[in-house]
Amino acid sequence: MKAILTEQQVALSIKRLAYEIYENHLNLDNTVIIGIQPRGIYLSDRIVEELKTIIGDKKIQYGKLDITFYRDDVRKSLHVANATDIPFSIENKHVVIIDDVLWTGRTIRSALDALLDFGRASTVELCVLIDRRFSRELPIHADYVGAAIDTFSSQKVIVRWKQKGDKDEVVLM
Amino acid sequence: MELSTRHLLGIKDLTKDDINLILSTAEQFKEVLQRPVKKVPSLRDVTIVNLFYENSTRTRMSFELAERRLSADVLNFAASSSSAAKGETLLDTVNNILSMKVDMVVMRHSASGAPHFLAKHIPAAIINAGDGINEHPTQALLDAFSMREKTGRLEGLKVAIIGDIMHSRVALSNIYLLTKMGAEIMVAGPPTLIPKYITDAFGIRVEYNIKKALEWCDVANVLRIQLERQNQPLFSSLREYNIAYGINRRLLESLKKEIVIMHPGPINRGVELDSDVADGPFSIILNQVENGVAVRMAALYLLANRQE
Repeated sequence: MKAILTEQQVALSIKRLAYEIYENHLNLDNTVIIGIQPRGIYLSDRIVEELKTIIGDKKIQYGKLDITFYRDDVRKSLHVANATDIPFSIENKHVVIIDDVLWTGRTIRSALDALLDFGRASTVELCVLIDRRFSRELPIHADYVGAAIDTFSSQKVIVRWKQKGDKDEVVLM
Repeated sequence: MELSTRHLLGIKDLTKDDINLILSTAEQFKEVLQRPVKKVPSLRDVTIVNLFYENSTRTRMSFELAERRLSADVLNFAASSSSAAKGETLLDTVNNILSMKVDMVVMRHSASGAPHFLAKHIPAAIINAGDGINEHPTQALLDAFSMREKTGRLEGLKVAIIGDIMHSRVALSNIYLLTKMGAEIMVAGPPTLIPKYITDAFGIRVEYNIKKALEWCDVANVLRIQLERQNQPLFSSLREYNIAYGINRRLLESLKKEIVIMHPGPINRGVELDSDVADGPFSIILNQVENGVAVRMAALYLLANRQE
């Protein structure tokens, strides 16, 4: 087991990711944040919290997306669906998708499909805490990255969150 | 998490976990149905035949819509306009359909046990959409979904099932389901329409006085009088049935509390339900229909995952 990000590094990464999103989207007037269920929500909650401290209590459009019904392996394994909650249109908006780990890219592929059903976004960007490089199965990349790491496919990246009662950290098993 | 069964033949075969999984998945599909694009690609490689040997509007349309909303390919079969009218057997018909590479069969039949028979002889997954006087599992699931949505719970909920219990597959499926989920059940109606062994079989309350039943319950699931299944007169006239067992606004207002009124449709207006109740503020009949699509999507989705 090897530590990738410590508690302090996770906190700094979240801060940095929030500032990077803020830098590219100033004021977030026409920007919406979408967290991917279930595990991306831990990160997106924290980034949205951070964004609120940066730009004040201005209402940030923040939704949650579950991609279970859009997976390409529906017949192979059953995943329990979580709630989708996108109470606004994304038509002509700048969308920032947030997930914890980018690995094969298949989850994000499904998310892009699912997003189409909520309107035609002006642009879509991806923000992840961990980018497992060189293991992509689809041409997908992240625009905001907490930490990029090189892994074998046999290894597991585990992200722990204080919201779940652990301390924030990322380890490689 | 997955279902413990490959087919949905009846609530009898489901576990409490199965029921919870179907209901929670249905909640997510209900959200899908509120979106601008009410469709997901989950079953785009699945072909489903709707095999209806008995008439149906709501159930058939609800299933077909659920299938299309899941992006499945849909085939429709109605016995009245098919070779079944020329005397082809059920098994022959289904084997012919399956040789066209069909993955799932949704089936309604007037003979109790027809889908169970089919399940033994064919490889496809079968969903029972009503068999004779046995079960109508998706109706019970959507009833439970609607009850839980309206009242917030099933455990400890007092449900009165009212009317033609004897000939109702909806009643039987509801009794199985509500028992498994810990609700309290009462059946009410004329003695001729309530099977006499029902207390022994299920340990549920029986009441012959409609007003007492309504005063007891939180939810009244009112069933249709099934004249097509009654070979002999079991009550003297529809008018008399309405007077003794029909539910009207005045009766509801005489209760000391508000109860939820449900009906699986089609309603015999002026028989088991008067229009001022069916269209009134306590009725969730149209919510039931709306929820039916989401619940059937959940059942189809979860069963498609069980097929190899």
